[in-house]
Amino acid sequence: MKKLAARRRSPLALMVLLLLGLTMTGTAYAALQPKADPGTSAATSSVDDIAAGEALFQANCASCHGSNAQGGVEADSIESPGPSLIGVGAASVDFQVATGRMPLNAPGVQAPENRMNLKFTDEEITQLAAYVDSLGAGPAVPDEQWLDLEGADIAEGGRIFRTNCAMCHNSSGTGGALTRGKYAPSLMNVDEQHIYEAMLTGPQSMPVFNDNNITPQEKEDVIAFLKDVEDGGNAYGGNSMGSLGPAGDAAFVWTLGIGLLIAAAVWLGRKAA
Amino acid sequence: MSTNSGIPQGADSLRTSSSAGATATTEKADTSPKLAAPIVWSDERVGTAKGMRFLLKKVFPDHWSFLLGEVAMYSMVICLITGTFLTFWFVPSMGHVEYNGSFVPLKGVGMSEAYASTLDISFDIKGGLLIRQLHHWAALLFIVGIALHMARVFFTGAFRKPREINWVIGAVLSLLAIIEGFAGYSLPDDLLSGTGIRAMAGFMQSAPVIGSYMTFFVFGGAFPGESIIPRLFIAHVLIVPALLVGLFTAHIVLVAVHKHTQFPGPGRTDNNVVGFPLMPVYMAKAGGFFFIVFGITALISALVQINPVWVYGPYDPTQVTAGSQPDFYMWFSDGALRLLPGWLEFTVFGTTWSFNIFLGSLVLLPLVWAIIIAYPFLENWVTGDKREHHILDRPRNAPVRTAIGASAISIYLVLALACVNDIIAIKFGLSINDLTILFRAMFFIAPIITFPVVKRLCISLQRADRDLVLHGTETGRIVRTPEGEFFEVHEPLDEYTRYTLVQHDRQEPLSALEGVPTDEHGVRKPMSLGYKTRRALSDFYFKDQIQPVTPAELAAAHSHGEHDALESGHNHEALPSGQEQVGIDQGSSAK
Repeated sequence: MKKLAARRRSPLALMVLLLLGLTMTGTAYAALQPKADPGTSAATSSVDDIAAGEALFQANCASCHGSNAQGGVEADSIESPGPSLIGVGAASVDFQVATGRMPLNAPGVQAPENRMNLKFTDEEITQLAAYVDSLGAGPAVPDEQWLDLEGADIAEGGRIFRTNCAMCHNSSGTGGALTRGKYAPSLMNVDEQHIYEAMLTGPQSMPVFNDNNITPQEKEDVIAFLKDVEDGGNAYGGNSMGSLGPAGDAAFVWTLGIGLLIAAAVWLGRKAA
Repeated sequence: MSTNSGIPQGADSLRTSSSAGATATTEKADTSPKLAAPIVWSDERVGTAKGMRFLLKKVFPDHWSFLLGEVAMYSMVICLITGTFLTFWFVPSMGHVEYNGSFVPLKGVGMSEAYASTLDISFDIKGGLLIRQLHHWAALLFIVGIALHMARVFFTGAFRKPREINWVIGAVLSLLAIIEGFAGYSLPDDLLSGTGIRAMAGFMQSAPVIGSYMTFFVFGGAFPGESIIPRLFIAHVLIVPALLVGLFTAHIVLVAVHKHTQFPGPGRTDNNVVGFPLMPVYMAKAGGFFFIVFGITALISALVQINPVWVYGPYDPTQVTAGSQPDFYMWFSDGALRLLPGWLEFTVFGTTWSFNIFLGSLVLLPLVWAIIIAYPFLENWVTGDKREHHILDRPRNAPVRTAIGASAISIYLVLALACVNDIIAIKFGLSINDLTILFRAMFFIAPIITFPVVKRLCISLQRADRDLVLHGTETGRIVRTPEGEFFEVHEPLDEYTRYTLVQHDRQEPLSALEGVPTDEHGVRKPMSLGYKTRRALSDFYFKDQIQPVTPAELAAAHSHGEHDALESGHNHEALPSGQEQVGIDQGSSAK
């Protein structure tokens, strides 16, 4: 012990301490860090897929995302090339490409959903996803078991939705405004898989809801809730006028509502005694 | 009912007529008016005939805009009826329950009894949802009716003597209606209404010094507590409705006492009412209108969803939904909050002063109603008019008042639209930040543009009226004179049409009426500050006023030779004198 104490002022001690500190921090982090799901693409996609995906990527995506998907220089300015795709995972690629958001039609505050303008077949999307996933592991395309909505709890899904999603997407899932022209899109008629992937990857302004935050079962519940709304689960009491809340009511009552009554009043006023 | 059930006043004659049958009273009965037995019965006991005579003889003028107030009145009645129905099932409690009703997407979710009972009314009580929607639509129509009725009264000057008090009562009624609406909107305890209550708590907390104390007093502790729903319930079903119905009765009684105003027209004066008697015409019209209003409201309620509380979910202070708005009558206040800049909140000696909220809520709300209530008195002070007015102004004949009203509405609209900036942003693909900046600017610009535009429109309409009176209407007949000149024949107005266009008073500013006040030596007297202000306001009101055509002006216009010779040098004396000639107009000279 004395020997050790005597050497504590040695210049080497500092190095040892530093090394020890770094090793321990690293080990602790590795133990505690939230685990991303291992990419399924790594297991299911072949080398051919990755090669085909790379060819598609070079032809369609590299102009913005860089030839190695490393992203542009000024990734956060609108006119500049797109962000790095290393580590975004297959789920992100599938969400962006299969909803028509990517390749981006025109620069704007955010990439709009554009299902009329899908550029790739499902197979090509899988190949692209395999390529991007091969660059760095990220969230994988969700398992079918979380998308079949079997045994999902609608009420629980609604509760989670109102806590985590409604402040942007509206309690009826019809969307809402964000700052500077950005917006949370409507969630009606969105594919189960894409809703799941959006939660998992947090595209654009959306935060990431990873599996520690909202478990896969809870994600399935949320999707089931949205599908219930889509299937008319909320449709009681007549026409909902786009679920705009009091704004829709006001528009109606100040136009058709009072208009009908004024028409009746004019008719009565003119009616001879 | 025998032939001699006739009754003059008094029980004696009645008694004889009913007991003696057709004996001694026959000759009396022949000359007396005949009334139905139930009326006879009640007249004997409570003197119905006197009141009936007053009411039945009442005459109401016909105009569709006079029915706007009735829209409000009938909507209120619908709210009272449907509201009573709702109280049978609504549980005004914040006690926690687990929902177990028939709406599957909320099964097993924890919520307040208030929200659970609202869901039960919507899904498990027969007809409950229809009545709920009827209640809410009628409430919105109530306030729309009030707003339009108020606008009609303002723009036609119906608030002038002797109706100032009724204007004040009406203004208080409109404020009460909004408070009532807000309380009702808050009761279901869904996510939207809870957000509204949260905003109300914020309003109160923004009051300097007393804010937190006031909030704790109203909520019985920290937000949300457990008292606010029961308290709002009592306000909504007892206190405010009692005040509403009481003041509304006073409002109607005063209408009967003052008699209804009427639009100007031939034979209508400040001393008569031209229209139809209550019985039978207005009984049928107004009574029928109740059923029209009820029917249309019921139709809307059956077809169009309103306040779907099940979509919002139960209130939870940690949640909020995008697109949260109050009902439209609170928009102007909420909009003001969205427009007020954040730097108005500052900290002094560890205390926070939230003027960004305070100004848009606790200051704005009373201020708006103070202005509304003060307006008739301000205008009266400026005009110094002591006469009674039962003939309405046509809005164009009071250009400055109309322009003031229109600018006030423009400010109100800017504030109201600012409250739906997020909906506008997403529906029109705009940036919410740009919209906020735009509305901030429009708050100042809109009235500045609206005022002169509306005033000039009124003055143009007044000029057009003058032109019509002086020169008649165009006939489309082109006449060529022997000299080769062309002109269009104008048809003079008949005197009935003309009357409406020339009946209003001349209104001149004080500076023109009274000149510069001087003493006996002709030296200008100093004017008091109050008088100076009044003169300046009078100028503001009336200096651009277009006066009605005087008989002299009309005569001058009709004696065409002179008129032409004077103004344009044309000579139509060769024309055969007659009706057609009278109205000849020479375009350039008329303008």
